[in-house]
Amino acid sequence: MIEVEGLTKRYGRKLAVDHLSFQVRPGVVTGFLGPNGAGKSTTMRMMLDLDNPTSGSVRINGQGYHDLPDPLKHIGALLEAKAMHGGRTAYNNLLCLAQSNRIPRRRVDEVLDMVGLTAVAKKKSKGFSLGMGQRLGIASALLGNPEILMFDEPVNGLDPEGIHWIRNLMKALAAEGRTIFVSSHLMSEMALTADHLIVIGQGRLLANTSMADFIHQNSRSYARLRSPQPEQLRDVLRDAGYAVTEAGGGALEIDGAETERLGELAAEHRIVLHELSAQRASLEEAFMQMTAESVEYHAHTGGEEPGGQLPPGGGWGPEQAPQQAQQPAWGQGWNQGGRDGRRDKEI
Amino acid sequence: MNPDTDVRGYVSPIEVRRAHLGDAILAEWTKMRSVRSTMWTLGALVVVVLGVGTVIPWAVRTDAPGPQGDPPLAYGFFGVLLGTVCVITLGALSFSSEFGTGLIRTTLTACPSRARVLAAKTAVYFCLVFALTLVLTVIAGIFEVVIINSPNPGPTVWAPATVGVSVYMALLGVLSLAVGAMVRHAAGAVTAMLGIVLLPLVVAMFLPRPLSGVRSVLLNYSIPSQLVSFYGAFGGFANGSQPSGWVSLWILLGVVALAMAGAYVALDRRDV
Repeated sequence: MIEVEGLTKRYGRKLAVDHLSFQVRPGVVTGFLGPNGAGKSTTMRMMLDLDNPTSGSVRINGQGYHDLPDPLKHIGALLEAKAMHGGRTAYNNLLCLAQSNRIPRRRVDEVLDMVGLTAVAKKKSKGFSLGMGQRLGIASALLGNPEILMFDEPVNGLDPEGIHWIRNLMKALAAEGRTIFVSSHLMSEMALTADHLIVIGQGRLLANTSMADFIHQNSRSYARLRSPQPEQLRDVLRDAGYAVTEAGGGALEIDGAETERLGELAAEHRIVLHELSAQRASLEEAFMQMTAESVEYHAHTGGEEPGGQLPPGGGWGPEQAPQQAQQPAWGQGWNQGGRDGRRDKEI
Repeated sequence: MNPDTDVRGYVSPIEVRRAHLGDAILAEWTKMRSVRSTMWTLGALVVVVLGVGTVIPWAVRTDAPGPQGDPPLAYGFFGVLLGTVCVITLGALSFSSEFGTGLIRTTLTACPSRARVLAAKTAVYFCLVFALTLVLTVIAGIFEVVIINSPNPGPTVWAPATVGVSVYMALLGVLSLAVGAMVRHAAGAVTAMLGIVLLPLVVAMFLPRPLSGVRSVLLNYSIPSQLVSFYGAFGGFANGSQPSGWVSLWILLGVVALAMAGAYVALDRRDV
């Protein structure tokens, strides 16, 4: 159980985290979502007592982090993949951590085995690939077998196999009754792992809701029509009482309408249709609309509006998401939205 | 959300035994021995102290045979002076390399008490440098006495030239460790420490005559002058008016205490 209350962090004139209050409960995976630079990492560092909050407090199982006598047994954190000394072996990197918290030596072998690094335990960690570094970081988080686990962007730079592994690991850990708090800037990733969702933008809380509610509220459905007689079609639809919006390429969109009724209407008025389809906005799109005003680093390419139309297939509809765990176009929709953050590491 | 899960949903099976400073010291010792830079810098220290401590008396003996005015142990000074570079470098790396790699975040997550981390690093490095320098200066001293073929100087000469110098070196190492915690940047910390050690002496050499007061202070209290004061009979850089060996220790101890306080405040107040 993590309780964050009124957490605020100010860097000079810039408010990085603005009165954040939320709770992270045990037994579920809580996703911490926000665009690059939203203040996710800053919040996580303040939760671990690494950064001093300007105001507000964080309590870990009712205690301040500073008051935990051996923190690794309560909370394990993966902050960045290579927060290790590259000249040290994987085993020694973990050993010095274990010793500082009185964790028995055999536990180092156990966690190395758990993350599949036993074969390279005596190898220096600077030679590790990004995926291996990430696994080593997860091993250090698991070292104290803690009840709370925090992962900052754990799937960054991992191959599909590694992503799959981390996702299942987090679910398994949550099923054991642990508190799992995982940050990401990919809605699609969160849709697959998180049960609860906390969304922030420019340091402010935008949503604190269960994943199911978020999907329910944010997956807009609409009908899309194209016709060689667009003016006629538009008039007919308006007369029938539909609110028509113009989409690009001569297409018309109608929120929440059934395609059956629209098809019948067009037939009655003998209007030729080239397209009539039911569409669902992806969660990625919903997330982008929610955070549109708070995105800090816009990339101005392709002249696309924030929260604009995604290329077909780029975003993930909620109904298709769980089956497409291994889709190679990982987070593609995000980038094609033309709004990828410019900075590698957010503050 | 499973309503059956209580607030402490998962209880770690690892037995909770309160960790203390000893555990932090053990962890820092593991860190110290498990990186190669320790071996390189301390290896260099061994080579320099023993090498120079052997070569100089040997050269002096062949050039001018016969009894020398200087006590033989004084020749060890040059090796120790060079050795300060090794001690400073490794000490400065202790914190700054953790900041450079991001390891400091892991360290402080595991041990949120900044005072404990600082104390553990200080204890490990102080003991390591003290023990090693003591062994090296004793061995080098024996070489010097044997090579010069002089009578054995009394304990009043041996004690400052071995124990005194070792404590001084260890304090110098701890000082650079504290500077590393404040500067946070490896190259910056090493440079700052080399400046502290060498700059007063260099500046003093180029000061114009009207500033001779400043000049003599710089000469007397520069770190090489203080180090030389442990070898009593040496003239030193300031015509023998520098503080005697044990006073030098107290001066450095005061400086280290200030730097430690600064390092603690920096670790405690600044974001990691």
